[in-house]
Amino acid sequence: MEKKKRFKVRLLPGKCIGCGRCEPACPVDAIRYDEKGEPIIDLEKCIGCLKCVKVCPAAAIDKFLPEGDTGGAEPEETAESEAIGEGEVKRLWRGVWVYVEQMDGKAEPVSWQLLGKGKELAQDLGVELAALVLGNNVEHLVDEAAGYGADKVYLIDTPVLKDYRAETHMRSCVYLVEKYSPEILLIGATGLGRDLAGGVATHLETGLTADCTGLAIDKENRLLEQTRPAFGGNIMATILCEKARPQMASVRPNVMLTPPFVPGRKATLVRESISIEEKDTLTKVLEIVPIQCETSVDITAVGVIVSGGRGLVSAENFRMLQELADLLGGVVAGSRSAVDAGWITHQKQVGQTGKTVRPKLYVACGISGAIQHLVGMQDAEYIIAINKDKHAPIFDVAHLGIVGDVFEIVPAMIEELRKVKNPPVCET
Amino acid sequence: MHIVVCAKMVPDTTQVSIDPVTNTLVREGVPFITNPFDDHAIEEALRIKDAYGARVTVLSMGPAPAETVLRKAIALGADAGLLLSDRAFGGSDTLATSKVLSVAIAKLSDQERVDLIVCGKQTIDGDTAQVGPGIATRLGYAQVTLVDKVLDVDLDTRRITVRAKFDNRHQVVEARLPAVITVVREINTPRYPTVPRRLYAEEVQIQVWTNEMLKLDPNTIGLKGSPTWVKRIFAPEREKGEIVMGLGKEKEKAVRLIMQKLADWKVLGP
Repeated sequence: MEKKKRFKVRLLPGKCIGCGRCEPACPVDAIRYDEKGEPIIDLEKCIGCLKCVKVCPAAAIDKFLPEGDTGGAEPEETAESEAIGEGEVKRLWRGVWVYVEQMDGKAEPVSWQLLGKGKELAQDLGVELAALVLGNNVEHLVDEAAGYGADKVYLIDTPVLKDYRAETHMRSCVYLVEKYSPEILLIGATGLGRDLAGGVATHLETGLTADCTGLAIDKENRLLEQTRPAFGGNIMATILCEKARPQMASVRPNVMLTPPFVPGRKATLVRESISIEEKDTLTKVLEIVPIQCETSVDITAVGVIVSGGRGLVSAENFRMLQELADLLGGVVAGSRSAVDAGWITHQKQVGQTGKTVRPKLYVACGISGAIQHLVGMQDAEYIIAINKDKHAPIFDVAHLGIVGDVFEIVPAMIEELRKVKNPPVCET
Repeated sequence: MHIVVCAKMVPDTTQVSIDPVTNTLVREGVPFITNPFDDHAIEEALRIKDAYGARVTVLSMGPAPAETVLRKAIALGADAGLLLSDRAFGGSDTLATSKVLSVAIAKLSDQERVDLIVCGKQTIDGDTAQVGPGIATRLGYAQVTLVDKVLDVDLDTRRITVRAKFDNRHQVVEARLPAVITVVREINTPRYPTVPRRLYAEEVQIQVWTNEMLKLDPNTIGLKGSPTWVKRIFAPEREKGEIVMGLGKEKEKAVRLIMQKLADWKVLGP
């Protein structure tokens, strides 16, 4: 028999993101990394199995036929690449679940936002949408969850779950998931949600994607496509969890829309219990103190935001933004650079590691617009961006972009607005 | 008391940019640093050491150059560094990472009982905040994340009292030791190394453990042990709005346009 033609692989310039996946994927040790973390491929050793090509998320490795080899065959699929027990995974796990985050019986808005998105996912999969309500004296949330779209509500209402603790809520989630096998579990990416999600996923030995901004179903493969900012928010990544269940994601608050509330809508209630003795717990909540917003305004709940970035140069210059915000009846916020520089408090940070906002108007002043910032404000109804650099990515999301100097444009805007609103009006 | 701090070497993602033409990451010249949140974890462990007496071991998983993270921590006052480095660990997601770290911590604890594990809230390259809770879960230790204040460590009753900062409230929590805490940046201001300490840290032997030491099943760590994988990386494409020049003479025209738009969008109120 004629010898089979073999592919080799090579690195395409400029595409590698240094994720470290190709080297361990190579079965013959043909890949090592250079100082930048990019692969150096030893063609002598390469057997053309294309495993590195498959694991590369950036399509940075390409196959080619070495000189002398013309035509040639696609590599044979190795037995290993056929998922073990995949069929079983798909048969057993059904349903979309949303963890309802609550405190003292009051639900966090992100829980209802997730029911809205969860409904779409459940419809695409042809399954039920269920809410998970854990706490003490929280039964009223069952009807509320139903009103926001849950078909079924799993409820554990018991004193040991009163104040949120990772261990008690984690064990309750794990118990219910193991008993009822949902294929998807969504949790709000709040401080509490992220405290909970990591433990639940670890206990269940399943995949968890943090801080997602997009969720969709790949219907053909019945998989949840989880999209989030990656690499410090400089680029977006779509992440899959193929072989473990449930597929877990924490989802950024205020990215998904709250669905309309339908009064009187009913869900099937599944009442469950869990046996956790208070004396066996490792943590005790001694006190809960609401944080008095020293800066008073919650930037996720206002109509107009005037936001400053690195281009503002100093804290003093934020006074100018404050004046503009007052005239527009809004508040001042900032980018990560502005917060890191100490010009504005973290509570007013917009972006991946800050807040996601959806105001009617967002005025971005001296903000270049890294993805980590854009994911926090791109859903504003109207965006005005002022930046010196005409290539700044902020202009990609702006409805109106001004290539100019914030120190000229903003004072001029203030002057014009004063004329319109004479005397200046500050809406409260 | 024996405190373990988990620290990671990360690319300084604030210096990464996107090539506007090819839409790919520009990684040229981006320096590697200690994850900034971990700087605060190291500092907090050192403060507990100063106040209550403790031995601080700093633990990192990564390629050989990650030992600089450990040397830096030793220069600040940590007692020892341990690097977990093996190609079998490469490509780990958070589930596999917490496995490697927790097995190493359990092994360290066999040598000298570990009482407290301090991690940064999250890394700046992954931004997941999942590894700390993963370690706590695997070891069955108490877990408190987002700590912005350590209020008390009681070695007699073996309890730590901390304040955690959730989005809209503080929660004061008492946890039994051993415990895992993750810290936010507001918790402290990291110190600077002293010169003698820095010289010492340059010379000190950094222990390296490979998988020969941990003996983990290669199918449960690294790429093979990671249930999540990145299918696609992309820079989102967006529809551009109206972009006008507002420099110099064109300033007035630009401001007039802004005023016009504000009126059209009805954001000026009645």
